Amino acid sequence: MSSITPLIALGQVAEPASRTPLVIIGIYMCVLFGLGWISSRLFRGSSKDFFVASHSIGPFMLLMSVFGTTMTAFALVGSTGKAFSLGIGVYGLMASSSGLIHAACFFLVGIRMWSFGKKYGYVTQIQFFRDRFESKKLGYLLFPILAGLIIPYLLVGLIGAGTYIGGVTRGMFPGTFAAGAVPGWLTSLVICGVVLFYVFSGGVRSAVWANTFQTIVFMIMGLVGFIVIAKGIGGLAEASEMTRQHAPEKLVREGLMTPAHFMSYMLVPLSVGMFPHLFQHWLTAKSAKAFRLTVIAHPLCIMIVWVPCILIGIWGAGLFADGSLFVPKLPNGEPNANAVLSMMVKKFMVNPVLIGLFSAGVLAAIMSSLDSQFVCVGSMFTNDFALPLFGSERFSDTQKVWLGRGFIVFIVVITYVISIFKPMSVFNLGIWCFSGFSALFPIAFAAVYWKRVTTAGVFASVIATAVTWALFIHDALGRAAGEQWFGVKAHGEYLIAGVMPVAFICLASVVALVGVSLATKPPTSETIDKFFPAKG
Amino acid sequence: MKKVVYGLLILLAVIHQDVWWWDNGELVFGFMPLGLFYHSLYSCMAAAVWAMAVKWAWPGDIEQWAESGDEAGGEQ
Repeated sequence: MSSITPLIALGQVAEPASRTPLVIIGIYMCVLFGLGWISSRLFRGSSKDFFVASHSIGPFMLLMSVFGTTMTAFALVGSTGKAFSLGIGVYGLMASSSGLIHAACFFLVGIRMWSFGKKYGYVTQIQFFRDRFESKKLGYLLFPILAGLIIPYLLVGLIGAGTYIGGVTRGMFPGTFAAGAVPGWLTSLVICGVVLFYVFSGGVRSAVWANTFQTIVFMIMGLVGFIVIAKGIGGLAEASEMTRQHAPEKLVREGLMTPAHFMSYMLVPLSVGMFPHLFQHWLTAKSAKAFRLTVIAHPLCIMIVWVPCILIGIWGAGLFADGSLFVPKLPNGEPNANAVLSMMVKKFMVNPVLIGLFSAGVLAAIMSSLDSQFVCVGSMFTNDFALPLFGSERFSDTQKVWLGRGFIVFIVVITYVISIFKPMSVFNLGIWCFSGFSALFPIAFAAVYWKRVTTAGVFASVIATAVTWALFIHDALGRAAGEQWFGVKAHGEYLIAGVMPVAFICLASVVALVGVSLATKPPTSETIDKFFPAKG
Repeated sequence: MKKVVYGLLILLAVIHQDVWWWDNGELVFGFMPLGLFYHSLYSCMAAAVWAMAVKWAWPGDIEQWAESGDEAGGEQ
């Protein structure tokens, strides 16, 4: 025992822990299986029902599914970890700006996209773009780019889940796994299996049901967890006072970010206007009125989830600086920010049942995004790649559903393998993924508001986005520290001229879109009449 | 009213950049850092302005157009 104690202090082994939390998580997974089975009874068997739930979703379920889809490991695990590193400014970087920008995307773009989907029967975003921009080839260009951008988004979920469960199960299996913790590969395998089951059962309808249930679970458990952690530290005031004493820089933004850096982050939430999985959720709405609750309540839902996470993150920073919180280290010697939430839970939640319920809430947030993304990649493959290429009449409705399912498994396997071999910061990975989608947003906006936008302009914009995004991500992640071509790394952020790379990627996208559109032939009057109906 | 709503949305975008208490670490209610408190209030303000947008700037014409008939017959 005496030889183990120093290793426990170093975090290489952990004290034996109760397995009750895992039992609770197991029960939660069974509930999801049950939900998948029930929603499969309601599945009408058609591809329209599998992909857009036959436009039958009302306001509350739309809010829960849209909000649940946008909140992933990025929101819980990532935000806590980022606040641990960057302090309270993280809320302004992503959460409060999202309250404005996300709702703007729903209001200004989402409702119009829904109306076109309803009117012309679109199932995916690319179908709409193909018609709007009069080009079948655009679908073949957009499909790999959008599917490729979804992979890092899926990775955010898998890496976040793996790290969280690894932290919270430390000491549960001594001698079986390193530090007695459930390894990331096993967590990822289980959650992929569960999500695949209920998505296969009933498509997007299952995803909406599961999202609604899981969003309620993670919002309630998030608040319960926050209160328990605060009480564990000694109260709200004591927790913040600890941070003020040991890590006061986390209570302000000075020294951790600049106003220009902060402002450039406002472009990142534009990504929701271009998420293909969110487009699909918009299409599930029964009517445009169903959007009203989502537009109003989305900023409040974000606040309910993010404020506790940011506070837990800065409290963790204070405790870590004080030496009273252990956070596992990364190979580079830095504390693993992804593990901060699980370490806080482990330290301050003494009741194993509560740990299990809170952990189920964290997994709920992660899985409520994974399911929509899974359905979406399947829809895109079937409707945007296979059917246009081989002809719609070649496949029966059942075969279309199976084509989608096959591609989902293919993408999940690729993502799963990457998640095992290439773990990285959940927050940063999310930001890169969102930056790509944000830079494509001008295309979505122009599609519904600018009659003069042309096919060539859209091609130019997509290519400009892909090239600048790939260039910057290579510079940030593929090159050794200090050898970057364009930017510099500070406080774990990669900045170009003091701002986020998304600013330059968006700029390239807009310049290409507007410049090439104005230099090329306008779209036909048939297309304009179809997508810009006369008022009244 | 529509113009007022759009004006308020632009104002919200501007006041998001709260440089005026960039280095103020005061704790509101004894636990909430001032910068975080402000941005939490900001989220509430955003919800209020979006409620006004839904009431006074709702795109009813688009809604009516979409509901007026299913041209694709539902399946794509």
